[in-house]
Amino acid sequence: MAKDLQKSFKDLTAVNSINFSIDEGEMFGFLGPNGAGKTTIMRMIQCVSPVTAGKLEVMGMDVNTQQREIKSFMGVVPQENNLDGDFTVYENLLVYSRYFDIPREEAEKRIEELLDFVHLQEKRDVMTESLSGGMKRRLVLARALINRPRLLILDEPTVGLDPQARHLIWEKLRGLKKQGVTIVLTSHYLDEVEKLCDRLVVMDYGRILVEGSPAGVIEEFIGSDIVEAENNPKLLECLEKKEASYEVIGDIVHIYADNARELSEYLLMECSLSKISARPATLEDVFLKLTGRRLRE
Amino acid sequence: MKLVDYFRVPGISSRSFKVWQRNKDVFMKDIKLNFLPPFLEPILYLIALGFGLGKFVESIDGIPYARFIAPALIAVSVMYASFFECSYSSYVRMYYQKTFDAIIATPLTIEDVIAGELLWGATRSVINATVMIPVIALFGLIDMKYSLLIILFALLGGLLFAAIGMCFTALTPNIMSLNYPVLLFITPMFLFSGTFFPLSALPLPIQYFAIAFLPLTHIVNVIRSLSFGILEFSLLFDIAWVLFVSVILLILSINLMKKKLIV
Ligand SMILES: Nc1ncnc2c1ncn2[C@@H]1O[C@H](COP(=O)(O)OP(=O)(O)OP(=O)(O)O)[C@@H](O)[C@H]1O
Ligand SMILES: [Mg+2]
Repeated sequence: MAKDLQKSFKDLTAVNSINFSIDEGEMFGFLGPNGAGKTTIMRMIQCVSPVTAGKLEVMGMDVNTQQREIKSFMGVVPQENNLDGDFTVYENLLVYSRYFDIPREEAEKRIEELLDFVHLQEKRDVMTESLSGGMKRRLVLARALINRPRLLILDEPTVGLDPQARHLIWEKLRGLKKQGVTIVLTSHYLDEVEKLCDRLVVMDYGRILVEGSPAGVIEEFIGSDIVEAENNPKLLECLEKKEASYEVIGDIVHIYADNARELSEYLLMECSLSKISARPATLEDVFLKLTGRRLRE
Repeated sequence: MKLVDYFRVPGISSRSFKVWQRNKDVFMKDIKLNFLPPFLEPILYLIALGFGLGKFVESIDGIPYARFIAPALIAVSVMYASFFECSYSSYVRMYYQKTFDAIIATPLTIEDVIAGELLWGATRSVINATVMIPVIALFGLIDMKYSLLIILFALLGGLLFAAIGMCFTALTPNIMSLNYPVLLFITPMFLFSGTFFPLSALPLPIQYFAIAFLPLTHIVNVIRSLSFGILEFSLLFDIAWVLFVSVILLILSINLMKKKLIV
């Protein structure tokens, strides 16, 4: 889908020569710290931000020349809500359906379904400003589905949602995927990505660091488990001796392991540790390992 | 972007109409409030200026003062309606409401969106002219013979001021700075375009300046002539001027907005 894709703003290169390919019917995640270039990629896929260099094809069509066709098959949840503040919930969906040339009757039918789905029936005649943050997000999702898209672009779709709403959206996304919709998403909730995505990339500074399935990526960079222990010099010495892979985070040490039980026993026996805990490794561990723990400005 | 690119004819589709329709729907929500100004303003101006001030002004070229300014009120309203719609209102939609961002994620392009906005701005001018003509006719200050032509011309004038407003929207760094063109361009035009006194009262160089650079001069000229029931050849010059400048500025405004919004 993308080859040597590049995007520059004046003197800043936001996306630096990246390659990726998303299969039809797949759920694909883009991860990365703030400013990594995720939104920039989403906007290029949406055909609203021109490509600086390289090639980007969506559903086999070039984003430079076939924008209208691409956009008519696509649904978008942008990072920043952009509901139409001059209209009510219902009118927002209706007005939006017109941009896709959906006939009025059909649109009305779809709107009822979508309002049911995002649980906003009660708010249908409310102006969008008076919705809560989570309700706005749900309405943006409903709006993205009005044209029955074949490709769904979700830029941090569940930001600001309560756990109930997030689970609801996950469930619906899985449903859409079953219907064959391709879904591309970015998110800072790594558990969400781990649960939902078939494949993902982790990127930073406009480049892709890794690509693979959630489990594959975890396995490759961390191993299956993590043992956490309190930091002391003796432990580090002991770990060095075993040539274990570990990371010191303040007064805690993360030790990466393929077999947590074995490692824990070793540590307890040989390194005379008293307090350790083992847990399965998560995507979050990979993310932090790859992109560092420092906050981005 | 090279200079010639700003004048390249943009590709616009009939989908712009959807944007026009969106703005119309919002307008219709407050239809009573929106119809009030073009209804009330001519009444107030005519009473204050036409009949109040008019007592002290004998007549202008043999025309009673109220009858002289009545068509100018229409022209000014044509200017205000589309200029303000495509400056402040479009800016709010673009920047604060992110309406344009939402629309360009659909099969519409930014060119469609801006064209729809311009068309809607011009429509506001037409609405105002249409409401004002019968109100002024109630005072017996207009010859209704060519009123349909006035309405048609309001569309052209509306497009011109819509394009002017949109150019400033594209160039302004923030909404406050839109006060500059209002203060330095729109307000002087309101006063010095042969609106409330004939252009000939001004020094010759200023007259030439007004004819060359103040669009309202030509709008006032045409509407005044038509509302006196006079259809003369010299109006073709004004119409040609408005047409020519409109086409250039419409193209320019769309390209400027595209440059501003597509990064
Ligand atoms: N319109 C723009 N003009 C200039 N620079 C921009 C523009 N949009 C984005 N950038 C820059 O491009 C880089 C990538 O931004 P982007 O929005 O893609 O990050 P992101 O990965 O989506 O981050 P976040 O997780 O915070 O949403 C940032 O350095 C940002 O400052
Ligand atoms: Mg982002």
